[in-house]
Amino acid sequence: MSPVVVLDDVTIRYAASPRPALRSASVVVEEGELALLVGRTGSGKSTLLGTISGRVPHFTGGHLSGRVTVAGLDTRTHRPRDLAGIVGVVAQDPMAGFVTDTVEEELAYTLEQLAVDPPTMRRRVEEVLDLMGIAELRDAPLRDLSGGEQQRVAIGAVLTAGPRLLVLDEPTSALDPVGAQDVLATVTRLVHDLGLTVVMSEHRLERVAGLADTVLAVAEDGTVRQGEPRSVFADLALAPPVVELGRVAGWQPLPLTVREARRAATDLRDQLVTTVTLSPETATPPTHLADGTDQGAHPTAGLTATASAHAPTTALQATGVTVRHGEVDAVRGIDLSLAGGEVVALMGRNGSGKSSLLWALHGSGPRTGGEVLVTTPDGSHTDPADAAPRTRRRLVGLVPQSAPDLLYLDTVAAECAQSDHESAATTGTTRALLDRLAPGIPGAQHPRDLSEGQQLALVLAIQLATTPPVLLLDEPTRGLDHPGKEALATLLAHLTTDGHAVALATHDVEFAATVADRVVVLSRGHVVTDGPAREVLTESPEFAPQVAAVLAPVPLLTVAEVAACLTTPPVEVSDDPAAVSDYLEPDGRGAR
Amino acid sequence: MAGRITPLPRHLHPVAWWVWAIGLAVAVSRTTNPLLLGLGIGVAALVVSAKRGSSPWARAFGLYLWLGVFIVAVRVVLHVLVGYKFGTHRLWTLPSVDLPGITLLGPVHLEGLLAAAVEGLRLASIIVCIGAANALANPKRLLRALPGALHEVGTAVVIAVTVAPQLAESVQRVRRARVLRGDGGTGLRSVGRVALPVLQDTLDRSLLLASAMDSRGYGRRVEQPPAARRLTGALTLVGLAGAAVGTYGLLDGTAPAATGAPMLVGGLALCALGLWVGGRSVRRTVYRRDRWGGPEWLVAASGVVAAVAMFAQQHRDPMALVLPVDPIGLPALPLLVVGGLLVAALPAFLAPDPPRPRREVRG
Repeated sequence: MSPVVVLDDVTIRYAASPRPALRSASVVVEEGELALLVGRTGSGKSTLLGTISGRVPHFTGGHLSGRVTVAGLDTRTHRPRDLAGIVGVVAQDPMAGFVTDTVEEELAYTLEQLAVDPPTMRRRVEEVLDLMGIAELRDAPLRDLSGGEQQRVAIGAVLTAGPRLLVLDEPTSALDPVGAQDVLATVTRLVHDLGLTVVMSEHRLERVAGLADTVLAVAEDGTVRQGEPRSVFADLALAPPVVELGRVAGWQPLPLTVREARRAATDLRDQLVTTVTLSPETATPPTHLADGTDQGAHPTAGLTATASAHAPTTALQATGVTVRHGEVDAVRGIDLSLAGGEVVALMGRNGSGKSSLLWALHGSGPRTGGEVLVTTPDGSHTDPADAAPRTRRRLVGLVPQSAPDLLYLDTVAAECAQSDHESAATTGTTRALLDRLAPGIPGAQHPRDLSEGQQLALVLAIQLATTPPVLLLDEPTRGLDHPGKEALATLLAHLTTDGHAVALATHDVEFAATVADRVVVLSRGHVVTDGPAREVLTESPEFAPQVAAVLAPVPLLTVAEVAACLTTPPVEVSDDPAAVSDYLEPDGRGAR
Repeated sequence: MAGRITPLPRHLHPVAWWVWAIGLAVAVSRTTNPLLLGLGIGVAALVVSAKRGSSPWARAFGLYLWLGVFIVAVRVVLHVLVGYKFGTHRLWTLPSVDLPGITLLGPVHLEGLLAAAVEGLRLASIIVCIGAANALANPKRLLRALPGALHEVGTAVVIAVTVAPQLAESVQRVRRARVLRGDGGTGLRSVGRVALPVLQDTLDRSLLLASAMDSRGYGRRVEQPPAARRLTGALTLVGLAGAAVGTYGLLDGTAPAATGAPMLVGGLALCALGLWVGGRSVRRTVYRRDRWGGPEWLVAASGVVAAVAMFAQQHRDPMALVLPVDPIGLPALPLLVVGGLLVAALPAFLAPDPPRPRREVRG
């Protein structure tokens, strides 16, 4: 039998685009394989997936040279609708692809289009309801489901047609960690138990690297490299933290999962335990772990009073904040204080009140009770909700989950000029900020044509033009690839050295591990944990970043920290606390 | 199911509920007797409260009741403002304004006011009956009962209905984002700033949905020869024209009899034929097509009985159906019509219950 997917020297060029989106790509995916597609945003990942489902070029336009066959059918002569029974396509946002409004009808939709006879249709829908574990949701309206449930319904809806190939475009990027785990567990079961062939793209490689049989790496110039995961990840810039750790530690073969890495890390753990933990007199993060349990209650526990240009001042003080939406208590009496120069990560499952809290702190969202006071630059205290929107911007900046909502003009230059005007800043302020965040964006470009990371940078620049002392970010890493996240982390480091207080709601454990000084975990509107990031993240099984999971009980969070410890002679660790902080927090925030 | 008084819970065929509601609406449209109108509204409300499902439009029945109240109020206000004032029991006198051809305000009489109120009530009861159909039969399920040739139009309507709440959501989201940039979020200037991102959002969503539907086989059809396509077009066009002429003939008493009912029936038959020919190229099946069984016959018939009873009464004693206003008298209570309307209430006890969702809708 021929392979399920064959791309033979495929080049795809869109009209009005100077370079091809895919350049002589040759790919073979065999029956029963899980192929993982990796690459930077805008590198042509979606184009490659679209090529396999026939969407490119039938739906999108563009010129395709070479040959694409799926299950032996040439996509040149078969439109996406002709492949409906063979290729199942699941998009990033499940809600955007739903045609009907209840679970059962959605599962039957493809079968109706394929004119499957009613008894068979009934049987297949029942089978898939059980297979996906959504039988009790059969009559539920799709809108009322959680993100993870919606995505499982979306996968089920293409499975009913009995496809040979499943194409998943970042299926977990819109989900919270629990929903993402659900979906990935389902995909794993489909691959292992049903032997389904799957092609999947994913940003958060740490979740999926261990599942892949083959990796398709799309480079920026549109070329595609295919290979066995260990060999591709060995020198790929985009790699999950365990792989990077494996590279730093020089492990062979390279680990792809936490389990493999933990087994390989026995020696490394022993080595690090002696260098890191056995220095109790220093101000290194491990000390927090040793004596830090009582500090959890103290709002500024994450800050160490080492030499700093900015003494930690309270930038925002919230007491007893309550938010009620209709009959739902989203936030129930939360006390929170943000200090200048501090990054606080708000974590917790979807619906735990993170967004509601951010909007209430900002003063634009509803607040049923409690008090929020922001320290203005002249030292007085103001409640941002009492201020007019224009004045409020000078106190607190907020970047919402869908940042592009703030953009409405047709060029980047116009947005920058309008922003200077709105915030009464000197001309060029916003542009200067933007160049610092994401250099080299041409002013004539349309904001909607920017990548997600560039859009976020533009919105950040607009919100920072008024230099608010407090900045709130709602899910800033959504849609950002690895380099995008690194740029954002650098930017946040700059902001904190300038004395801004930053609070961000995030699901991204690895990102929180890189940027946060303090982590606040919410559940059903209450604060469950509030403590130094290192302590909270290493102790929790749910929020532990991969490096922490591999190295526990050594309290290190990122590969950069491990690398720093490995290159630092142990003697220096105990001798010079400041130097260790520098090493441990490579972006310099540790040297406060 | 033998021996059961109430059958197993299931969704009734939506057409059955619509036939029932239209029957009831036709019945109430023939009378201005407030007792009968009140009974009609009561029957509709009783059946809705007993047999509605859990869908959002099922909860919208209350809105229709308020719409009815609003209609009565508007009708009364209009009467006071511009209506033809007649009667002998003067209630109050407002200063009148004479305009060419029309007199505003002026004296208000009890007779005129009552006549206006029952007219309003009649329209309100018709609206309530339609609202009852909407609450009892999911409009989307009704679309599923469409013939194959209209399937694609039906899908478009379903999507339009689904998109509306999403549109409202994105407007709200973008307005909140405007406030973040220091805009008050109100005023004429902000309309453009909200509209642009919302439009872009909607376009993006439409493209995503179109692409998803394409990948799921929407629009697969057998290629039809051009002759068949032309035949479909001709049949539908001629049929529609015939139906239009027929309707005109039926309503205009002076038109020759041949242009009435026969023309309408012939036109509709041609339309049906056109739909059938066109539908042959659409190859698709329907998942769990709604059945038409005993309960459906019962529900539909009960509505028709109400309408027939009303027509019979109109034939026998039309005066019993109107509220005597000149001079004012008590309305009659014709037993035949009361019986017919009570038959229309039977579905509240005999129709199967709608299935209950197994999981509570989360907040």
